[in-house]
Amino acid sequence: MTWEIVIGLEVHAQLSTQTKIFSGASTTYGAEPNTQADAVSIALPGVLPVLNKGAVERAIKFGLATGAHIAPRSVFARKNYFYPDLPKGYQISQFDLPVVGMGALTIQVEPLSGPSTGSGFKPYEKVVRITRAHLEEDAGKSVHGSSQGMTGIDLNRAGTPLLEIVSEPDMRSAAEAIAYAKALHTLVKWIGICDGNMQEGSFRCDVNVSVRRPGEPFGTRREIKNLNSFKFMQQAIDYEVQWQIDTIESGGKVQQATILFNPDSGETRAMRSKEDAHDYRYFPDPDLLPLDISEEWKEQVRATLPELPEARRARYTGEYGLTAYDANVLTSSREMADYFDTCVGAVGAAGAKLCANWLTGELSAQLNRDGLDMTQCPVNPQQMGGMLARIADNTISNSGAKEVFRALWAEGGDADAIIEAKGLKQVSDSGAIEALVDEIIAANADKVAEYRSGKDKLFGFFVGLAMKASKGKANPAQLNEVLKQKLAG
Amino acid sequence: MSLSTSDVQKVARLARLAMNDTEIEAARIQLSGIFELIAEMQAVDTTGIEPMSHAQDVSQRLREDRVTEPDQRELFQSIAPQVESGLYLVPQVIE
Repeated sequence: MTWEIVIGLEVHAQLSTQTKIFSGASTTYGAEPNTQADAVSIALPGVLPVLNKGAVERAIKFGLATGAHIAPRSVFARKNYFYPDLPKGYQISQFDLPVVGMGALTIQVEPLSGPSTGSGFKPYEKVVRITRAHLEEDAGKSVHGSSQGMTGIDLNRAGTPLLEIVSEPDMRSAAEAIAYAKALHTLVKWIGICDGNMQEGSFRCDVNVSVRRPGEPFGTRREIKNLNSFKFMQQAIDYEVQWQIDTIESGGKVQQATILFNPDSGETRAMRSKEDAHDYRYFPDPDLLPLDISEEWKEQVRATLPELPEARRARYTGEYGLTAYDANVLTSSREMADYFDTCVGAVGAAGAKLCANWLTGELSAQLNRDGLDMTQCPVNPQQMGGMLARIADNTISNSGAKEVFRALWAEGGDADAIIEAKGLKQVSDSGAIEALVDEIIAANADKVAEYRSGKDKLFGFFVGLAMKASKGKANPAQLNEVLKQKLAG
Repeated sequence: MSLSTSDVQKVARLARLAMNDTEIEAARIQLSGIFELIAEMQAVDTTGIEPMSHAQDVSQRLREDRVTEPDQRELFQSIAPQVESGLYLVPQVIE
């Protein structure tokens, strides 16, 4: 009997504002402890929260990008619990009236390495529903072990705006969960509401996992907290799923729990469940009035939305005839997609496939080798487009282009100047090529005779000679054609 | 509605309040009085009236996303019981 895996995600995306959600303290990462913890962040008595317009704008943007309902009126609530990094004794969040309602995200499911996906896996598209997204403040950070018997508290992060994005339990495998997390990660960066830096905790995932027999009601879920890499997410889900199946098959029962993943052991374990831990006693925060979002404001924000990944993918496969795979790679980040669009602008739509090949091939490989991402690419899209245009109009061969690309990468400059300086212009003048071929045929009468008597393999020999004679500059396609013609006699 | 002793004990525990039996009983009577008042209000027919989340029917004022708060760590930490390397110190928290 098989098991079906059911997964839902809660993602905390840190919004890329300059200041905190309820005060004008800076949110710059990595500052000295508590230097960005103002009176509101440390909850001095008598202070009042004032909502950051930039945080609300980003929430609206997200809602619009996922086709969600934006609540014309939403309400902030207090979530009460005690912990030293939460100096007010409550977190300001949203409860029954969140700013963003039900939306959806289209994901591209790709095979994962390891046991998650078997062989014969075919990539596919799926729509995952997003239940809601709400605004809330982050807590501070506890620093353990700095002082004997004490815990240090840094409240710089306290009050940082978060958008908590809650999905429906629509995912049925680790591959789908990763695809969703990646699509969401791409989207929040794409629309500029979150920097997506997972090491710095700007994008944190909680994964709810349960298993059931197909067709039966949902099983009891366990929530894996705070996963900050896609790799760990996959490992944690794989381990957790196996643990749940083993537990049930050996006659046990899964208890609802919050669990942590240990990347060193690759195992999940339940956190000690504190008594009353989930009795948060939410109630509307009397310090904050309801948040009203007008139609007009919504439309203003909508006007700032860029073309979204899904629309671009459709444009690339539809207008340019690219494969779904290429379209996915090119829309993996907005920088990549914008780079591609600039290149196609220089080359023309007919050269889109050429641009795609270079971006997903040579350029991506070189970025990988040097450990850079697209934003740090030393060759800008205008330079790249300039070079690609010279391939498209047959000025340079593909191998000549590789030389131009290396020069652009190492020294910068402009493709035309490099082609000139390095003498890479290929000979496409049919008269010149014919003359060259005639000479070779005249000088190698014996080989020509052998070729004509059926020794086809000699063709490569002639190509080699001709290329050498042209110092590698002959247009290969043209050369082949002329050679074939002349050798045929 | 009348609260039980264990209701009060639970709320006290959630609020981290240490209360002896006398205090619990006093709080139980007072809180029950509040619940009676709430019950009275809930008896009012509010059909067709949209609930409010705030006593004033106005909406939230918004702040521009600009840094306005300077670093005042030294001032704030001058009244903290214990600090070290810029951190506020609290008794060790066990996860």
